[in-house]
Amino acid sequence: MNEKLSSIKQEILDGIEAKATSRATAFELRKQFLDSKTGTIGQLMKEMKNIAPEERANYGKEVNELKAWATDVFAKLDEEMKAKELKAKYEAEKIDVTMPAKEYQTGNLHPITQMRNQLIDVFAGMGFEIFEGTEIENDYYNFTALNTPQDHPARDMQDTFYLSPEFLLRTQTSAGQIHVMENKKPPIKILSPGKVFRSDDDATHSPMFTQMEGLVVDEKITLCDLKGMLDVFVQKIYGEGATTRLRPSYFPFTEPSVEVDVSCFECGGKGCKLCKGTGWIEILGAGIVNKKVLENCGIDSEKYSGLAFGIGIERTAMLKYGINNIKLLFESDIKVLKQIDDN
Amino acid sequence: MLLPLSWLKEYVDVDITPAELEEKLFSCGFEVEELNEVGKDISGVVVGLVKECDPIPETHLHVCKVDAGVHGEFQICCGADNVKAGGKFPVALNGATVYATAKDHKTIEGVMTIKKGKLRGYESEGMLCSGVELGVSEDMYPGAGYNGLLVLPEDAEVGADVKPILGLDDYIFDISITANRPDCQCIIGIAREVAAVLNKEFKMPSLEYTETAVTKDGFTVKVDAPDLCPRYIGHYVYDVEIGESPLWMKRRLALVGQTSISNMVDITNYVMLEMGQPMHAFDYDYLEGNQIQVRRAKEKEQIVTLDSLEYELNENNLLICDGVKGVAIAGVMGGLNSEIRETTTEVLFESAKFARDNIRKTSRALGKRTDASAKYEKGVDEYSTVNAMKRALHLVEELGCGKISSTHIDVNTGNSVEPREMKVSVKRVNDVLGIEVPTEEILRICTNLSFAPVMNGDELTLQIPAYREDMDSYPDVAEEVIRMYGYEHVIPTFMPDSKVTMGGLSELQKKELKLKKDLCSIGAYECIHYSFISPSDFDMMNLAADAKEREAIRILNPINEDLSIMRTTLASSMLYAISRNQKKGNLSGRLYEVANKFIPKALPLTEYPEERATLCIGIWGQGEDFFSLKGMANKVAETFFTKFEYETDEKSYLHPFQCASIKLGDQVIGYLGKVAYEVAEKLDLREDAYILELELKYLYDLNTKASYSPLSKFPEEIRDLALVMDKNITCGQVENVISTSCKFVQDIKLFDVYEGGQIPADKKSMAFSVKFVPGEEAFEADAVDRFVKKILKNLKFHLDIDLRS
Repeated sequence: MNEKLSSIKQEILDGIEAKATSRATAFELRKQFLDSKTGTIGQLMKEMKNIAPEERANYGKEVNELKAWATDVFAKLDEEMKAKELKAKYEAEKIDVTMPAKEYQTGNLHPITQMRNQLIDVFAGMGFEIFEGTEIENDYYNFTALNTPQDHPARDMQDTFYLSPEFLLRTQTSAGQIHVMENKKPPIKILSPGKVFRSDDDATHSPMFTQMEGLVVDEKITLCDLKGMLDVFVQKIYGEGATTRLRPSYFPFTEPSVEVDVSCFECGGKGCKLCKGTGWIEILGAGIVNKKVLENCGIDSEKYSGLAFGIGIERTAMLKYGINNIKLLFESDIKVLKQIDDN
Repeated sequence: MLLPLSWLKEYVDVDITPAELEEKLFSCGFEVEELNEVGKDISGVVVGLVKECDPIPETHLHVCKVDAGVHGEFQICCGADNVKAGGKFPVALNGATVYATAKDHKTIEGVMTIKKGKLRGYESEGMLCSGVELGVSEDMYPGAGYNGLLVLPEDAEVGADVKPILGLDDYIFDISITANRPDCQCIIGIAREVAAVLNKEFKMPSLEYTETAVTKDGFTVKVDAPDLCPRYIGHYVYDVEIGESPLWMKRRLALVGQTSISNMVDITNYVMLEMGQPMHAFDYDYLEGNQIQVRRAKEKEQIVTLDSLEYELNENNLLICDGVKGVAIAGVMGGLNSEIRETTTEVLFESAKFARDNIRKTSRALGKRTDASAKYEKGVDEYSTVNAMKRALHLVEELGCGKISSTHIDVNTGNSVEPREMKVSVKRVNDVLGIEVPTEEILRICTNLSFAPVMNGDELTLQIPAYREDMDSYPDVAEEVIRMYGYEHVIPTFMPDSKVTMGGLSELQKKELKLKKDLCSIGAYECIHYSFISPSDFDMMNLAADAKEREAIRILNPINEDLSIMRTTLASSMLYAISRNQKKGNLSGRLYEVANKFIPKALPLTEYPEERATLCIGIWGQGEDFFSLKGMANKVAETFFTKFEYETDEKSYLHPFQCASIKLGDQVIGYLGKVAYEVAEKLDLREDAYILELELKYLYDLNTKASYSPLSKFPEEIRDLALVMDKNITCGQVENVISTSCKFVQDIKLFDVYEGGQIPADKKSMAFSVKFVPGEEAFEADAVDRFVKKILKNLKFHLDIDLRS
């Protein structure tokens, strides 16, 4: 008996040695020995009935030991084959990782839209609503209501595109201020981005460009608030260290009016090519809303005051991204548009 | 505006450097655009004494021994004909910089550095200079215009820098003046500001003169158009002796780029620069009828101006006339007929105020811009009109070139040069600023600005000089105070008293941004084009003469014809963008633009036109076809949680068989299609292009929002239907019948189209995969078969379609 079992053991080991080259052949081999009906070991169990009763217990024990041994051997064999096959599969799938990647085409928002969105994010956080006026305005909203008297040089045909004696292409998004103030009572905090038009055409001027006008009307708004708000704005856009400098200027719709410079974000104020050695870069015009403008809109200038500012978006974007010619922004060259991905 | 430092110093004691002055001007609102030293290119040139001067044989040259004082003695070869021993001339030392001149010895061709050299075998170390080589004109220094050496005064110190002697050490400030300060368009205007900011006294130039008893009897001034000429002052001067102006006047004119003409003419120019009031001098002898009449020109009235150009006027132009004819275009230029000549003996000086918009319009209409018109456009105050006349008469007396009669006629529509009184609350002033400016500072600033302040509690009473027409109420005072006190005193605060407001994009703005981002996500780049286009764009697009697109708003004063009408379609800008890209080698790409098109309700405009938000997409290149663009359109529909339908359509600029209208329900909202070959040829397109345009209003109006609809708990079923139909039946028609036949159809996909031997010649086969999705209950066993049966019945009924056997 022992010999028989020993020879089966040997048979299994020889079989594995000779035939088990894959999980499938190993499984076939397993079946040959361990299949409960047809397997060699299964057959041994069936022979139990032919065994003398007194030897049956011992026989059963030995066969079961053999079965347990074989089950374990085949389990290990399967693990081994599985590992071997996986290794082969991996090796077969070896690639040259330096070969070209698959391309995914996504586009970009226009640099002006990107800049505009960044500005909107900053001011929306300060509680500004976004209001977009119309590109075609009438004379009253673009000029008269903004305290630009009939004979003011800004009304010159040279600067303004007229569509009729009354209608024109807005020269400033400030026109939108009036519409808002006519329809809304303080507190007002609006940001008004949009296309504006002036009869100017060279490397730094485009007859159409984009402005963003900000307006706050509330009680006790002061020049200090303007400075404080713009300081926050430049820090968000140009970095923590940025600061502003106000200097006197003139706009008909603000009094006092200021030009606002930001400390040069290229050199930090030491003086460089970008800031022409001054340490400052002019970024926007601003001021305290002229009380005549408030009055034109039916707002009590005794009770309320306001501040306003106007940013040229192209200029801001050109400075931020180092674009040297405004025309590039309107030529739609995909090679240019591809480069600015800042949202 | 150009301001020579030396001229400024006449009226205010400037004891700081030019750079410091630039900083001061900047801080109080006057940006210096350029600050140039007059002799910025000249260096190393000193007074040289020629001790020996010997001709070099057979040449026009001389070899000289030149004593340059502390700098040494040099041998210099010189070709000028006026070089002589004992003379003092400017000598450019080795390493000096001077102007290089052309062969004519007049034209400056750049800056050169003097180096040692040899001429005709003679060592030459340095150069004796002419006026041109030093950038000095005859008006700057007498004799400087001579084509030879500039002769220096005998008492000039040998070896000293020549710059102070020739006025080259002066500085010119180019200052930009804001529109609210026309009173600063002149030397004294800036001088007043500089005096205020430096805490110095402003010295007003002398306005004194003595009138004789002589009068011009019968002379009258008549202003027929007082709306255009609120003030006209005329003064008669006789015994005029026309001659040269003195050096100081010539030099000042030269420093700001004006050529000296004659004493009388120079006085008018000088006074304009100094006082800011344009003046004119008429030769009285050529004025007929003993009178000046200020009136609107008649239609087609003609005048020849001082520069010998002839102009035809109309009643929008103001004309200065004598009793018979026009003698000057008011505020623009005088007439040739009455110009000052060498023979002039009697002069009528004019100092007037004209309406600034009228001068501007005349100047534009005639295309004639002069220093005078520029000044008038910005505005001239009453104060200057009066003072300028006085100053001109003073200068006549000072130069001794004429006698001042007592014929002084002043036509005034009621304006005064007296200061206006203005009362403001100091608290209000400080409230604008947000800081409390010390009272003594407010008083100091107002005093410096000649406002003669008197403080009584919170009430500040000011006397505003007539030239400060910009001063109106407390915000103006606040601005004056802070620009003199300094903006560095403004402390940042963040609206401590303001109410909280909610910020952010509106729903519509969010939708627009989502649309743009979705388009970017499928490979399209946003672009922005001008709102105006060329009328020729419509021809490029082959639009019919009566096409709706041609009803566009015209700009009355466009930059040029190419930018002259407001877009009624975004397509032409996109087509040109595709063309530019292909020319630059971008052979495939996707672009889109979201912008307004402008649809007038009536032309010419009488009310606001419609500004319709529009989307335009352009795609081109290998791999792109009609259906890639249609896929993008569907993406747009998805963005707004809706679906589009498409119908065959035609457009003049699109392929006749690859063009569709885009429908939202029954509403046509746009179109898409392949760019027609005729159009592609005009645009030099190398790759096929496709274009889409649709109006966003309809999508914005849908008001659709992201929302969840429960998924069916029951299994869905898919059936494939191979259908045989007439060739002209479209996929859309079939899909439409299928989807309207059964409410459980959720998706229909065309997966095969076949034409050929297995079906009749005039037919085609289309195979669809139809997905049925159950609702609240599972489908009954034969439900889907019944749905298919109904679909087939409807297809047969509506389109005569059979199931392929």
